Amino acid sequence: MFTFTMRRLLLAIPTLLFIALVIFLLLELSPGDPMSDMPLTIPPEVRQQMRLALGLGEAWYIRFYKWLYLFSVVEPSHVLANMTGYDWLRVEGQRILSFQTRSPVADIIAQRLPQTLWVVGLSYLFGILVAVPIGIYSAYRQYSWFDQAGTFVSMVGFSLPTFFTGPLLILIFSIWLGWFPIIYDTTLVVDSWANFLKQLRQMAMPVFVLTLYNAAQITRFMRASMLDNLTQDYVRTARAKGMTERIVVLVHVLRNSLIPVVTVIALGIPTIFTGAIITEQVFRVNGLGALLIGAIYGSDIPMVLTLSVVFAILIVLFNLIADILYAVLDPRIRYD
Amino acid sequence: MKRTMALFGAATALAMMPLAAHAERGASGHLNIIYWQAPSILNPYLSGGTKDVESSSLVLEPLARYNQNGELVAWLAESIPTVENGGVAEDLTSITWTLREGLLWSDGTPVTSADVAFSAEYCMHPEGGCAQAARYQDVESVEIVDERTVTVHFSVPKPVPYGPFVTAQSPIIQRAQFENCTGARAPECTDANFYPIGTGAFRVVDFRPNDVISFEANQNYRDPALPHFATITFKGGGDAASAGRAVMETGEMDYAWNLQLAPDVIATMAQGGRGVPISAFGTLVERIEVNMTDPSPDLPPEIRSTRAAPHPVLSDIRVREALSRAIDRELLVEVGYGQAGRPSCNLVPAPPIFRSDANDNCLEQDLDRARALLDEAGWVVGAVGIRVRDGRRLTIDYMTSTNAVRQDFQALIQQWWREIGVEANLRNINASVFFGGDPGSPDTFQKFYADVSMYANNFPGTDPEAYLGAYRCGFEPRPETQWQGENINRFCDPAYDALHLQLAQTASIEERGRIGRELNDILMQNYIIIPLVDRGRLSAHSNTLGGVVLNTWDSELWNVAEWHRL
Repeated sequence: MFTFTMRRLLLAIPTLLFIALVIFLLLELSPGDPMSDMPLTIPPEVRQQMRLALGLGEAWYIRFYKWLYLFSVVEPSHVLANMTGYDWLRVEGQRILSFQTRSPVADIIAQRLPQTLWVVGLSYLFGILVAVPIGIYSAYRQYSWFDQAGTFVSMVGFSLPTFFTGPLLILIFSIWLGWFPIIYDTTLVVDSWANFLKQLRQMAMPVFVLTLYNAAQITRFMRASMLDNLTQDYVRTARAKGMTERIVVLVHVLRNSLIPVVTVIALGIPTIFTGAIITEQVFRVNGLGALLIGAIYGSDIPMVLTLSVVFAILIVLFNLIADILYAVLDPRIRYD
Repeated sequence: MKRTMALFGAATALAMMPLAAHAERGASGHLNIIYWQAPSILNPYLSGGTKDVESSSLVLEPLARYNQNGELVAWLAESIPTVENGGVAEDLTSITWTLREGLLWSDGTPVTSADVAFSAEYCMHPEGGCAQAARYQDVESVEIVDERTVTVHFSVPKPVPYGPFVTAQSPIIQRAQFENCTGARAPECTDANFYPIGTGAFRVVDFRPNDVISFEANQNYRDPALPHFATITFKGGGDAASAGRAVMETGEMDYAWNLQLAPDVIATMAQGGRGVPISAFGTLVERIEVNMTDPSPDLPPEIRSTRAAPHPVLSDIRVREALSRAIDRELLVEVGYGQAGRPSCNLVPAPPIFRSDANDNCLEQDLDRARALLDEAGWVVGAVGIRVRDGRRLTIDYMTSTNAVRQDFQALIQQWWREIGVEANLRNINASVFFGGDPGSPDTFQKFYADVSMYANNFPGTDPEAYLGAYRCGFEPRPETQWQGENINRFCDPAYDALHLQLAQTASIEERGRIGRELNDILMQNYIIIPLVDRGRLSAHSNTLGGVVLNTWDSELWNVAEWHRL
């Protein structure tokens, strides 16, 4: 197992390098210019000076190398220093600076992460909590009215995109009923019950939309996996031994059915960090997804590149974790 | 006697009370401002974006600025230096500014001439990439005369020496804070760029890039009774429609900036009754720029859309005039801008002294005249109503940036041109590409790979010298300049250049006005530029917000200190 993990981790390095290079080149080739937001009253010579000040005067491979150095050495040192509190860990010197804000990319990401984790993370958690029981019961009472209703809801969740359900909820709950605010207030500090209520109100709609979406997917996996197991011989054996239905379903069947579901859940975790780009946009949640979109519009190359590569790392990492979890949960699987 | 005195005193106290309550700093409480473009940085020298300049104007202030009528008013300076009061040298090569007495930074330290000189040094650093470098053009040195006085020396005579330290674009920054942030180190000073120390009515408490800023009243502000508001939340992001809704319909916000929305949308929102739209006019003109060179893709890239290849159709002034005559500007205003627009026949629509009235005949749509002009030019109506000459159809590539109003304009103008027998192929390009200036992209407005292109432009301040200077020979974008340049039409007329040189050497304002109008008329009467709409600024404020004076010549938040709750 250890050698397998090490091998995979080592293999991930060239993969990530390649991903970073491809993203960088794509950004390089795409049209657009960080100066495009500037008013036309700024003359071309000044724009040129500003571009040079952003470091755009150098050849692409030099810029890529510089970014790679900053990304793999300088930025991790700052992250480590912030986490441990040991200031001597910091590598001094320049950091990856956003074109738009001229401030370190990592600081902005750190500022946006909480919103995304709260809204998207919570909806993922809720999604799992809702989906697993529904999936179990749907499978146990296959083709019952509960199963039919569950299937219907999950089909709705699957097929209605968040850019439809989002504005629909805003229309109903914000504009007609006036229950929830349209604009997500990131400055809100939860220090009292009133503010906690405010936070709940502003999170309600985005969390609901994403929960529906996440739950829809996980329910289907859970149900299918339960159905596979319910017809197995060991279930009949368990019943023959005189175990109660409760033990049969919740202990024997559920544990075995969870194996594929857990890996699916693990694979989905990176999407919590990448943020629900569309949903964040719709509900004005200033999270990582909104950050990425804004950076793409502003041709903020360092920001887009850094975010994309961080996402790539998370995806590669959680793929590995899913594989390892699989082996841990299912003794039949051995990688060595 | 005593009683009368006491009564009198009580009466006075009573009379004073509302005033006193009003005059107290911070008495109006909290203000919510929404800009649908979110500020990224609070240092206007590092970003020319309007959102960044205006949000930082709450904190940073210039020596002088323009008021709502486009008149220069002293701000941090004692008075406006002129030749008459001796502040500007007779030979126009220097200007001397004197700071007001007793000015303090928000951290309590005094503002001195060293800070003023440093602001210039900061922006003029060759490696700094200063966005406002154009305002410091031709500055040779900034001399510190005494604690409160600086003299700016120019390398050439400057008839209008009000570039440096004037308007929200070139404010005074604190030397102590930015001392170690010049040149290449400028972007490293994140704290200074996010939390600048200023002389303005407010100071930054919390800055979240591209999201929200919290401000509080500056306790060291020069007027002890101002600002009326104690705190401000400056929210950024979203879109113009939801910003307008938040002020006029739901009342969540007090002030929304630059609502570029269709007039009927604004009207519907205004019915919400919580706020009112306000508008004011500046120098922004939506126009169609005509390409004087051939953008044909058959040409080799080094001469395509350059002066080496004159345009085969649009070089003919009669065709250009016909295109302009066919347009109904009144209708365009009605459809696209409503109260925030008016028809324009000039490139320079304001200030009054520079506004020509020689071109007002464009206001009337004249399709017959347009048709006659095309007939005269030898274009005859062909089979499907499109004119033909020597086997070539009169087809025009018409590009602009992606924007709902611009696409409406394209459709209307295409229709009018169709009526005079001109076919227009419409194209719209994402604004970040169109205005991006990437020399590798074929779709930038500088490259102009189209026959006509539509966008808006204006000039900062009230003097159009630099703006009109863009249309001189040699300023056109071309391959040798990596397609950078401001003479988008590739217009070139030595007589125009000579007249512009004259403008650059003239100091008298009447004379400048005359020459400016003449330059504008040359461009208009050659139909190099087809002006469409003089675009005003439309913002909205809540019914409970008083003191707002919309100013298009400077930051919209220029007088925020005087805003108050009604």
